[in-house]
Amino acid sequence: MSWQLDLIVLTMVVICGIAAINIRDLLGAGILFGAYSFMMCLLWAVMGAVDVAFTEASVGAGVSTVLFVAAVFRTTRRTKD
Amino acid sequence: MRILGLVIVILCGSILIYHTSDFPDWGHPASPASTHVSPYYIEKALDDTAVPNIVTAVLADYRGYDTMFETTVIFCAGIACFFLLRITRRMEPSVTLYRHLPTGITLRIEKGGKEPDDSNIFKRIDTQWVPYDLIINTTCRMVIPFIQLFALYVISHGHHSPGGGFQGGVILGASVILFAISTDLRTAISRMSERLGAFLSATGVFIYAGAGALCLVLGANFLDYSALAPVLNVNSVMARSHGILIVEIGVGLAVMAVMIWIYYNLSSAGRHDEGL
Repeated sequence: MSWQLDLIVLTMVVICGIAAINIRDLLGAGILFGAYSFMMCLLWAVMGAVDVAFTEASVGAGVSTVLFVAAVFRTTRRTKD
Repeated sequence: MRILGLVIVILCGSILIYHTSDFPDWGHPASPASTHVSPYYIEKALDDTAVPNIVTAVLADYRGYDTMFETTVIFCAGIACFFLLRITRRMEPSVTLYRHLPTGITLRIEKGGKEPDDSNIFKRIDTQWVPYDLIINTTCRMVIPFIQLFALYVISHGHHSPGGGFQGGVILGASVILFAISTDLRTAISRMSERLGAFLSATGVFIYAGAGALCLVLGANFLDYSALAPVLNVNSVMARSHGILIVEIGVGLAVMAVMIWIYYNLSSAGRHDEGL
């Protein structure tokens, strides 16, 4: 991947990370963490760590998002602070 | 207080970022990570274990002891979620909803009312979130077998391609979670019960530790799979390859069961009656 694309993906990672802790909607935070994990998965794949990228895609972007959504479904969607 | 926290975070972050300039370049051949044990793995892994994917060989063979405790950590996560969330005493819901399948009419039954007895016509549905979507049901029903087949491929083909027990186990667990989301939690629990989940997660860890202990019994070090050669009737190099497959299956079982178990407990808040 060219360094421009690399930089775009890295910027998206930072944006997703900051947005996930600032957003008031907890469901949105869970989805943003999924997007964050997917961008990280792209970066791992670019750096040649394909196994790590695979783990990030399945665990980070897949199951952990589902667990976040399930936890939000059982608690509350709005954060207090 | 928030300003102070922000200042501390920015200070620590800038110190960390400043010191990354002292790191060796990415992939530098003279960096400590590339000069210590990596050359041995890169040159000898194929000869030692007959596994082309070096990551799998390092993960399950050279550093197998680490991976065993990673599996144990995942097992402990499942146990912790169970003890924190699970509510074993039965709480009768005040209202139960049933769907009359031929017509799609929903019945609302207050506490103490007469429950429908013919379960082929009446189906209990959740009180909070009640989808009845033919497209979602049919699509998931068609996709889930292929997801599971792919998960088995990932587990068994981890020797040659990216993947292995962790990834395959997560995908296998995700297929059951997808089934639970597309139908409802009670249907998923009737297919794969909590008891089976607990049993499989313990079995996965037992397979891993048992393979190591078997090596110990056969006179080698713990998790030195070359000792399994007489048992598996292959030479010692192929025995290491097969030993990796055995522990990957154990990891896959444990991870799959724990993912499903945590999902059951989280989505139903420990009651296992109604969930996402």
